[in-house]
Amino acid sequence: MIDGYLQRFEEFARDGGAAAPEWVRSLRLSAITRFETLGFPSTRNEDWHFTSVAPIAESTLLPITGPSGSVDAAQLEPFLFGGAWHQLTFVNGRYDASLSHVAGLPAGARVLPLAQALDEMPVLVEAHLGRIASYDAHSFTALNTAFLNDGAVIHVAADVELAAPIHLVYVSDDAASGGVTNPRTLIVLDRHAKATVLETYGSTSRGAGAYLTNAVTEAVVGEGATLTHLKLQRESAQAFHVGTFDARQARDSHLVSFSFATGGALSRSNVYTELRGEGCGATLNGLYLADADQTIDHQTRIEHVEPNCYSRELYKGILDGASHGVFNGKVYVHPEAQKTDGKQTNNTLLLSEKAQIDTKPQLEIFADDVKCTHGATVGRLDETSLFYMKSRGIDARTARELLTYAFAADVLETIELTPVREGLEAATLRRYTEGDRRLAVR
Amino acid sequence: MLEIKDLRATVADKEILKGITLTVNAGEVHAVMGPNGSGKSTLAQILAGHPAYEVTGGSVTYDGQDLLAMDAEVRAQAGVFLAFQYPIEIPGVSNAYFLRAAYNEVRKARGEEEVDPMSFADLMDEKMKLVEMDGDMLTRSVNTGFSGGEKKRNEILQMAVLEPKLAILDETDSGLDIDALRIVAGGVNALKRPDRATIVVTHYQRLLNYIVPDFVHVLAGGRIVRSGGKELALELEAKGYDWLLEEATA
Repeated sequence: MIDGYLQRFEEFARDGGAAAPEWVRSLRLSAITRFETLGFPSTRNEDWHFTSVAPIAESTLLPITGPSGSVDAAQLEPFLFGGAWHQLTFVNGRYDASLSHVAGLPAGARVLPLAQALDEMPVLVEAHLGRIASYDAHSFTALNTAFLNDGAVIHVAADVELAAPIHLVYVSDDAASGGVTNPRTLIVLDRHAKATVLETYGSTSRGAGAYLTNAVTEAVVGEGATLTHLKLQRESAQAFHVGTFDARQARDSHLVSFSFATGGALSRSNVYTELRGEGCGATLNGLYLADADQTIDHQTRIEHVEPNCYSRELYKGILDGASHGVFNGKVYVHPEAQKTDGKQTNNTLLLSEKAQIDTKPQLEIFADDVKCTHGATVGRLDETSLFYMKSRGIDARTARELLTYAFAADVLETIELTPVREGLEAATLRRYTEGDRRLAVR
Repeated sequence: MLEIKDLRATVADKEILKGITLTVNAGEVHAVMGPNGSGKSTLAQILAGHPAYEVTGGSVTYDGQDLLAMDAEVRAQAGVFLAFQYPIEIPGVSNAYFLRAAYNEVRKARGEEEVDPMSFADLMDEKMKLVEMDGDMLTRSVNTGFSGGEKKRNEILQMAVLEPKLAILDETDSGLDIDALRIVAGGVNALKRPDRATIVVTHYQRLLNYIVPDFVHVLAGGRIVRSGGKELALELEAKGYDWLLEEATA
């Protein structure tokens, strides 16, 4: 069922994408060739064992290669957190200057839409774009790379620290219905640079048809640099979403990643990092909240390549209705990576009989002097905790709501960016408490 | 205040309590002692309404009401408090929020106004001193990452805030060093009043040096095999439980 994609690529290569530099065009060509070979993954593919993408593969979705749709500032409000943040907005995959503002960046920091970045910093973009997120074995990354045309490029030069976060808002509207967007983000932090990047994937659509957001973000975290990356997947209920975040970390660098996912009929978020120097740290946390017939899938992969690095991972999920959650967390410790200190945890709370979770924490250790643990729990609200709260006079319903909220808050509280933490806490509280007797937790 | 008559209870079809009869009047301190597995913690948890136990016979009357017919939260609102042997960790809920929520529920039940966070903070300042706790324990999640001693002090702090009429301490001394034990006992003693009563469940006599009981009951095999004054606890400390068990089965 990829003929439509191949045909659309022919048109795209002729018209829409023709303006791109030669190396981009040849990258796309190589990627579409790979996509043609791979096709969409089946559940026989180990990486997709628990999630069938048949609803995507069997649909008649086609990539959107030109401008479409229109979103006004008021419609974006629900996805913003106030604050004087730098913001690039993309509507149905296409950069929208009227909804974007970048002001007061320190010298050495650039935040640009992809087309402008290809013009203004071609060497930097060519050095990294398409070189981190491999499409060799990843169909969706191949597809994104084939239709690579718009997105964001962030570069922070050595020793530069960004005070304000950068918010990349990838929003879809009704016009995205039936379409596929392929947003692409590149983040490059040089030695000792520091930045916080927030990616929001949302929709202003109320009940229009299905669409696919197929996003890829590549990140280079230089020596001693610190990247905080937050991804908020809040697509419409009809949407499909596949997003890959892939980072390369140099010596003494730190990555703090948070993946929040509530939207979409079917979504998959990949969070990958390779720790390629000594003294690195990676913290990968996430929260998924699903209901009805939603499938929310996370795959994480941490590659410990060098010694003396640590990784911490906490993913939690609350599943209601007949929803399906997937967590597949891989930690590879290479033979050279002695003294690796890794901890991975996945906890899922099931609120209904029909909700279902497939969890597969995987540790593969090839070094002999490491400290690595992993664990997963799946369960209902703990009866003993409920009794404890009731024994203090708190009624059963409030106790249940509070414990459900607390389950999520436990991981949300790791978000250091206060407006995001508080915003997600408030949204989670609203979701799991009823009517006017909402709990004021603070 | 509390009248337990021929109370029988099972957990997973195993009979744990085989007919307990005990009367506690206002102003009294009762110690319930006994070897492991005697049913003393079960008794404490049943009084607080733990769902894991099934009451198969007998009655419990609290202030003239059928205690067993009340939900756990209603019992708490009516002034029954259980200090847990193993306090529960609740990650994601701050200790301050939890205490205030509980305090307001209990106040509502008494027909009193709810308090705002500011007035509550003043109350907390006063209560925290009682158990020698630092302010930062209020901002941390309930019992999460607390040491054993901190957890037990947190139980007594909750008790100090809720001011129960009937306080039940379930092996509050287990796992405490002597300094923590003194702090905990000091907190309990400070809350004593002629219109309140305390049931102290313990394995050891040591706690009773600090919380002096009016009555001591020895539980064995789900029954009270001996009741007496505080001197009974000293006798148990000197002689152990075996002689009583032999007497009881003889």
